[in-house]
Amino acid sequence: MAKTLTIDPVTRIEGHSKITILLDDAGNVEDARFHVNEFRGFEKFCEGRLLWEMPGITSRICGICPASHLVTSAKAGDEILAIGIPEAADKLRRIITLAQWVQSHALSFFHLSSPDLMLGFDSDPAARNLFGLIAAHPEFARRGIRLRKFGQEIIEVLGGRRIHTPWAVPGGVREPFTAAGRDRLLAGIPEALATTQMAIATLMLMFERHAKEIPAFGNFDTMHLGSVRADGALEYYGGTLRLRDADGNTIADGIEPRDFDKHFAEKTEPWSYLKFPYYAPLGPEKGIYRVGPLARLNVCDFIETPLAEAERLKFKALGGGAGAVNNSFHYHYARLIEVLFAVEKLEQLLRDPATLDEHVRSKASINRHEGVGATEAPRGVLFHHYKVDDDGVIQSVNMLIATAQNNLAMNRAIRQLAKHHLTGVAEITEGLLNRLEAGIRCFDPCLSCSTHAIGQMPLLVELTRADGSLLARRAR
Amino acid sequence: MAGAEKPMFAMDGNDVPFEPGQTILQAALAAGRYVPHLCFHPEFKPHGSCKLCTVKINGRTVASCTTLAKQGDEVESETPEIQDLRRNLVQFLFVEGNHFCPSCEKSGSCMLQAVAYDLGVMAEHFSPFFPSRPIDASHPDVLLDFNRCILCELCIRASAEVDGKNVFALSGRGAKKHLIVNAESGRLADTRLAVEDKAMDVCPVGVILRKRRGFQVPIGERKYDQHPIREVAVGKATARHASGKPSPQGPSKEGA
Ligand code: SF4
Ligand code: FES
Repeated sequence: MAKTLTIDPVTRIEGHSKITILLDDAGNVEDARFHVNEFRGFEKFCEGRLLWEMPGITSRICGICPASHLVTSAKAGDEILAIGIPEAADKLRRIITLAQWVQSHALSFFHLSSPDLMLGFDSDPAARNLFGLIAAHPEFARRGIRLRKFGQEIIEVLGGRRIHTPWAVPGGVREPFTAAGRDRLLAGIPEALATTQMAIATLMLMFERHAKEIPAFGNFDTMHLGSVRADGALEYYGGTLRLRDADGNTIADGIEPRDFDKHFAEKTEPWSYLKFPYYAPLGPEKGIYRVGPLARLNVCDFIETPLAEAERLKFKALGGGAGAVNNSFHYHYARLIEVLFAVEKLEQLLRDPATLDEHVRSKASINRHEGVGATEAPRGVLFHHYKVDDDGVIQSVNMLIATAQNNLAMNRAIRQLAKHHLTGVAEITEGLLNRLEAGIRCFDPCLSCSTHAIGQMPLLVELTRADGSLLARRAR
Repeated sequence: MAGAEKPMFAMDGNDVPFEPGQTILQAALAAGRYVPHLCFHPEFKPHGSCKLCTVKINGRTVASCTTLAKQGDEVESETPEIQDLRRNLVQFLFVEGNHFCPSCEKSGSCMLQAVAYDLGVMAEHFSPFFPSRPIDASHPDVLLDFNRCILCELCIRASAEVDGKNVFALSGRGAKKHLIVNAESGRLADTRLAVEDKAMDVCPVGVILRKRRGFQVPIGERKYDQHPIREVAVGKATARHASGKPSPQGPSKEGA
């Protein structure tokens, strides 16, 4: 019998994205705004629930990085129980975090961005999607789809369900791992590795092909925020936060996730539901930072696995010497390097016999009334901050997602693209629409609009005069 | 001599035999004919409160769980009219509480959800009330999530009649009617409820839950995930179901 009933407000989390381009009196681009109406009330929705339910609930925020919310939520719960979790649980959570990287990054690169990159920004929009890509480059598309599936398969083998698995809990995980599961996943590693290397080689060709466009693709200075291990290595599950500026100078280091709000503040804008976080000591203008693959590769000193480290050195060269890589276009490259790292690291973790230990959950009751969990989700560092009462009932929730942290930068990127491609005629051309869309995709924002319709972003662009009146409007 | 012919009534054109003293619902279920219901439980006296089991007998609407079967009755059950009525009742229940199936531990073994599937309820239809019903997590082993209560009173009946503890009660009237805990503090921790109690296993929805059992049976492998409620309720699915993992939450008997 068909099971399609979902009577819940969750299914209503939908959002079209809208961009407004504001012109000055002379008709030049003054500002561009990316409006987001997402995540309405999710934090409120969690109030009154039980702490142990939170991983299951919050993993439903996002259809595309559920495992990241799951693990982040469980970590916030660990803090509240104030216990260490078993080694096996720690390693299994690391595996699922990396699997989420593979799954989500593969989706971003192959399904969402490759149509732009390989078919061209000006190709027929009707065919500039995954299906067009399959028609034009069937083998490439097929391998990409399989890479994403590999990430999904890991999540499924561990969590029992492909998405929205309530598998991680405060104190550990629910189910031990099995040797059969491990063998099945290890078998997929060689192909995943080969596909990732193929994707990187393809991207290098795209660098040449789009050489003229790339310099104006969200190329601007901001700081970069990401997690690093104690020795400075790229981190994904633990570690502390490091902030570096556009020249690669370390501005802040060793920030514990629980101290995040001592260093960062948020501003809100009436035209967006998404908050705009910034580094507090520098204020909202200068305090702008990016998170995610580009930022993580900019803040780490090295990557612990050899193939990914070799690519990181090439990536670094794109920034010209010691500085950071500031062009948002290079999110694509950073993303693929992270997939390479994830696949290498997954193999190490899967081969580790400690993951098979049966003891995967520490039990405790409420020992603290507050906890912060953070992990590096595919799009950047993700925070869950909970307050609970003595019984473990949630009193307040604050979640800071990567897309919000990239909000200021995303707006700056589309401003740059609008300025570059909107000169002379005040008209929203197909070419402008395409570039704005591709510019947003660099950041891979986790809006349902960028995920639910593969390759088709429901996007509305409006051009307004200095007095606020509407000049032109174009939708897709 | 051959025993007297069993008395019969007709339901949607099919003959249904019954024992004297049986209700329409009991006889129908025993004969393998499903009639949607929620507040009825085979181990308890019929209650007649949810009205989901409503049928038309000789043109009159009655609750089949509280109406004795009579020889020659003409019973309409799965007619478009009655099914519409039942769909509306289920939709009312959904909007009166806070039922978020995707994050509910009972999803897949919840009778309300299963009945909604059976009736083809695709949306709430009415605007949700979004009542504020704080959960009670005070008991070391039991979680009470009032958001999902459909006021069937099964827990009240079980606690009073079987456990002899009177842990639960209803309070308020009309739309404000709600389940409470019989303790001065109002907290479950201050009652004598124990996990072995009958009251733990009768809730058709996800109000009374054992702690630390969440998702032991994965979603997709739960009772009504495996077999539609119209098979489970008439015992058709039991043989196959017995091979599956037992549900750690909710009725061990099917609460049919
Ligand atoms: S808690 Fe469950 S068993 Fe008790 S009245 Fe509510 S729905 Fe019925
Ligand atoms: S089952 Fe008959 S009224 Fe509830």
